Amino acid sequence: MAALLKLNSPQSLADLRRKASAALDGKALRVVVCGGTGCSSNGSHEVFQALKAAVDAKGLPVRVDLLDEEAMEALSVTFSGCSGFCEVGPIVRILPENYFYVRVSAEDAEEIVEKTLMANETIERLMYKDRHTGEPYARRDEIPFYKNQVNIALTDCGLIDPGDVREYVAHDGYKALGDALFNHSPEYVVEQVTEAGLRGRGGGGFPTGRKWGITSKVRGDKKYVICNADEGDPGAFMDRSVLEGNPHAVLEGMALAGYAIGADEGYVYVRAEYPLAVQRVRAAIKQAEEAGLLGDNILGTAFSFHIKIKEGAGAFVCGEETALIASIEGQRGMPRPKPPFPAQAGLWGKPTCVNNVETLANVPRILLHGPAWFRSFGNEKSAGTKVFALTGDVVNTGLIEVPMGTPLRDVVFTVGGGIRGGKAFKTVQIGGPSGGCLTTEHLDLPLDYDSLRSVGAMVGSGGLVVMDEETCMVEVARFFMNFTQSESCGKCVLCREGTKRMLEILEKIVEGKGKVEDISTLEELAETVRDGSLCGLGKTAPNPVLSTLKYYRDEYLAHVVDGKCPAGQCANFKTYSIDAEKCKGCTLCARKCPVEAISGSPRQLHTINVEKCVKCGACFDACRMNAVVVA
Amino acid sequence: MSKNHVTVDGVRVELNGEKNLLEIVRKAGVDLPTFCYHSELSVYGACRMCICEVEGRGLQATCSTPAEPGLVLHTNTDKTMRIRRMALELLLANHCGDCPTCDKNGNCRLQDLAQRLGVKSVRFPKPEFKHEVDSSTPSLVRDQGKCILCGDCVRMCKEVQGIGVLDFIGRGWDVKVSPAFGKPLSDVECVLCGQCATCCPTGALTVKSDVERAWKLLYDPKKTVVVQVAPAVRAAVGESFGVLDGELAMGKLAAALRRLGFDHVYDTSFAADLTTMEEGTEFLNRLQKGERLPQFTSCCPAWVSYAEQFHPELLDNLSTCRSPQQMFGALAKKHLPEELGIAAEDLAVISIMPCTAKKFEASRPEFAKDGTPDVDLVLTTQEVVRMIDQAGVLFSQISPESLDMPFGFKTGAGVIFGATGGVAEAVLRLASAVSAPKHRNVDFHDVRGIAGLKEAEVEVGDRTVRLAVVNGLANARDLLDRVAEGESEYDIVEVMSCRGGCVGGAGQPLPNDMAARERRRKAMYDCDSVQTFRNAADNPFVQEAYRKWLEEPNSHTAHELLHTAYQHRRRLTGETIGVAEGQEQNTVEVKVCVGTSCYLKGSYDTLHKLMDCAEKRGIAGRIDLKASFCFENCGGGPSVEVDGDLHSGVTTETVEALLDEVIAPKLGRVAEKV
Repeated sequence: MAALLKLNSPQSLADLRRKASAALDGKALRVVVCGGTGCSSNGSHEVFQALKAAVDAKGLPVRVDLLDEEAMEALSVTFSGCSGFCEVGPIVRILPENYFYVRVSAEDAEEIVEKTLMANETIERLMYKDRHTGEPYARRDEIPFYKNQVNIALTDCGLIDPGDVREYVAHDGYKALGDALFNHSPEYVVEQVTEAGLRGRGGGGFPTGRKWGITSKVRGDKKYVICNADEGDPGAFMDRSVLEGNPHAVLEGMALAGYAIGADEGYVYVRAEYPLAVQRVRAAIKQAEEAGLLGDNILGTAFSFHIKIKEGAGAFVCGEETALIASIEGQRGMPRPKPPFPAQAGLWGKPTCVNNVETLANVPRILLHGPAWFRSFGNEKSAGTKVFALTGDVVNTGLIEVPMGTPLRDVVFTVGGGIRGGKAFKTVQIGGPSGGCLTTEHLDLPLDYDSLRSVGAMVGSGGLVVMDEETCMVEVARFFMNFTQSESCGKCVLCREGTKRMLEILEKIVEGKGKVEDISTLEELAETVRDGSLCGLGKTAPNPVLSTLKYYRDEYLAHVVDGKCPAGQCANFKTYSIDAEKCKGCTLCARKCPVEAISGSPRQLHTINVEKCVKCGACFDACRMNAVVVA
Repeated sequence: MSKNHVTVDGVRVELNGEKNLLEIVRKAGVDLPTFCYHSELSVYGACRMCICEVEGRGLQATCSTPAEPGLVLHTNTDKTMRIRRMALELLLANHCGDCPTCDKNGNCRLQDLAQRLGVKSVRFPKPEFKHEVDSSTPSLVRDQGKCILCGDCVRMCKEVQGIGVLDFIGRGWDVKVSPAFGKPLSDVECVLCGQCATCCPTGALTVKSDVERAWKLLYDPKKTVVVQVAPAVRAAVGESFGVLDGELAMGKLAAALRRLGFDHVYDTSFAADLTTMEEGTEFLNRLQKGERLPQFTSCCPAWVSYAEQFHPELLDNLSTCRSPQQMFGALAKKHLPEELGIAAEDLAVISIMPCTAKKFEASRPEFAKDGTPDVDLVLTTQEVVRMIDQAGVLFSQISPESLDMPFGFKTGAGVIFGATGGVAEAVLRLASAVSAPKHRNVDFHDVRGIAGLKEAEVEVGDRTVRLAVVNGLANARDLLDRVAEGESEYDIVEVMSCRGGCVGGAGQPLPNDMAARERRRKAMYDCDSVQTFRNAADNPFVQEAYRKWLEEPNSHTAHELLHTAYQHRRRLTGETIGVAEGQEQNTVEVKVCVGTSCYLKGSYDTLHKLMDCAEKRGIAGRIDLKASFCFENCGGGPSVEVDGDLHSGVTTETVEALLDEVIAPKLGRVAEKV
């Protein structure tokens, strides 16, 4: 990329925007290869290289730099951040037609160049096809997965090159910041965010404008903005995708927060397990500083704002703001009691505003389009959109952004494409280890802060794990408790000891050793840990237990009273036997059995010794006659 | 009516600057239980015992909720009681439960609260306890299986003592309190002040007991066992028996000690008077010469360890005087056998101290002669109370007795050594008497009181002496920082490691909180005010000691017996790292220190040069080369040890000489110079 000129006035930013926009969204062909973590793991880097090689081989003129004036008409091949539809990666988008190719491999490169780039022909083989109807879709926005989404926080994710600040500027990047600095007061920024009704997207749902307002009013010679990117819920990757796909949106949001509250320094606290996100944010900070969009005297004004990166060392609890602050300070990542709140005494004892990645990514859009526009999405108390990481037994897994209040049914069945393998929907675990379960009776529940809270779940950071009928809810509770237990910081008695004891009881139950009284002990523990723990992690850790006990108590009872796992998932409840009608005495099962629990002579009926059987299922998998019966 | 109140269980409580709701609740007469709340430590909020229901706000931990007017609290509800009981049940389930044999039995908050709150059964299975006991130091025992992770010790060490030897390691269920890298306490910068043990609610941190060793000496018919009792002991020993008057308690203790079998009962205050003479004279000399000021006191062994480890640059400023305990020991071992007409090897000196660090001090090699320590054994106040109980002596009923002479005679100046400011005041009394014999002053109120830092300017003759008194090592650290920055200037500084001075030592009976310390401190001054003599110089037996044995204060003889020297002990000890193993037979073991101090002085380069030179001389295969951590010779670094012999100042310039003149000859051949 060519060296960036330092922008020092509204005019210089507008000039760059005009030029970059013309270059990016003109008629020239743009091949955008998804470089998100999912697609990268599936080989999108090889696809990228192959496409470049194929373009070169055909001698097509290529524009290497966005603003290369001599090559404005030439095609470009660039990387984007996450496109969201990780399920079907590697993804290649071709603009301006917005063709959308899925599961592209390096071998497809030549064909893409010859047909689509040179002849504007689409390749049906590479198109997304509806799982049920088989109908192919050539363009991105026609695909049901995308059609039903509204992108605010994810705007430009999967479209622009996160490594080139000019592409962000082309799409009105840093316009909101420039506008605020030159035309508005910090109070105005706070008002706009307040009026928009933006609430924290990290889980709590605290009104962002109010948080900013409080922090702005606290007196202090030094204040900080912290971007909480310590995303750690199992199955959640919203923040990572935003940071990888559009880091500047987050940086601009932080600078706006800094301007609003009177801070000149910010930290991005990002987990070290997100190397790509760290790399992209680091590069983005450097570019923004070079371009005069961050650092000293932003756009030539008196406002300075420096951003540093702090990589987390892998503790889930550091997503809790006081633990996060302790971690930045070099202390052990342990929450401390509030008050004082970070707004009063945060990082190094200074007033500090901690916001989540997605929250910050919404801010520039709100200031660009106004609070009314933002409120036109979502509902009364939950404005805007929410990004969810849709995973589990759903057809279309990936990153989605839908208006707040979208019914669960639409998310699972329309965007998500329904349950895999034609099985029945059973539950959605929402909000990660702090969240709860939603059942079929909640399918028409609007996904927003208050509706979810009313049924014992929470928006959380946005993990949405869909589960089918073969999921044992006790096992689900055990899974999440295992996670929280090992991630507890160990500070307060109830969380440290209580989560361990809940886990022990859940393990007993799924192993078939549970007793009826265990359920009441479990419930008492869960309520006490919820009521008495020190921090958010502890207070919400029992949610998976409490919500499964609430909606699936009969499953717990089935385990401890009837000795059955109704979903058939818990191995210890299964019994294996051999159907005398079907068994041909081939001896295969007996040979596969690791514990010699199967006896029988060749061509004679085989039998399984239930005492010896460890229920591993090897015989079931081995039998070609389907003679092994699992009950 | 004022609106400045909070309602606690229906009772209105006026607000008066209380830090938090918990203090309000206690003011309301409700003894809300806590494990992790201590008014002198930061709020931690981990035990969850103090949770109450606050109207409009739900359940709140009162320790961390500011007291705001108008709040309505309920301390005892179904939910709060359930939380407290569950927390206790969970703690008990993960506790070794060796109550009957635990040192803290009857004095353990976990045991007490479980009883009080009626936790009758534990529903959770106990894990298998591996008793991880650290008894590596002479002063303290740490038993992980009894730790409830309240973090009191961690914060005490960090916040009050400014050291931070202990912290949490691990996560969740695996979390533990531990010194760095899981090392034993003896291998880290612990100064053994034991304040962690004063706030530990369970038996996880206790004073290491020497009771059995003491009984063994007392049961030995050949031994004449003499005992010295430290000043601060008299203010606390009677607490367990309802005797709070220090003079009375001392008389009863003397009687009790004789019942236990001690042959002669003496007073460390006598040695404190001797210390005042030596230290006061030293100070007046330094003041006159204007050198090595400020002079720091050296009676407190934890402070001495702290200075040796953290402020080696100040060691010249420390008074060279041994502590009263060690002056007593040296004098007793040298002169008592003759006085008592016994063989030297039959004399045993035991001290009763308020302090855990004294156990370490008595074990320091510089305080032993021919391998026999001057003080054979140190018992804390807690231990002597236990011995009294074990022997069935009824302390409350026993009649007081007087102490034995000559070492049982003290002045008031020797008594107040037990309270913060006491040493400074004793020196001031002496200086005042020397400089203005006719207008001598014995009451220096500016240096009294429990405050962490006291400053005073006192006219001594024609000079104004600037004086500071600190207690608590964090306060000491802050003072040293200010002195280093040139923000404060003093002529003499008294440092006591424990808050309140020795009355708050970790060997004192529990509870050993600030209220107890303040009560004991006052008792010290009560004892002082009834003494006939209140200036050390007036102690006739001290005068006699100089006449008979010591010549005069700071004489050569006095120096030999009553003074000491200090050394730099900043360290990082640990296992050695093998660099190159000798391949052949008859190797020489060479260890190069790469600890912090030696490293900074270039020991790493020394190590490399040594390897290169050995290689060139073809003897590399016969050297077992190791990188090691700290030979406690930091002042003389870079240090190299060759087959156990320590060599100082081995730099890249001198390492060849070491190789040729020391290492190579050991290999039985002289290497040819290359």
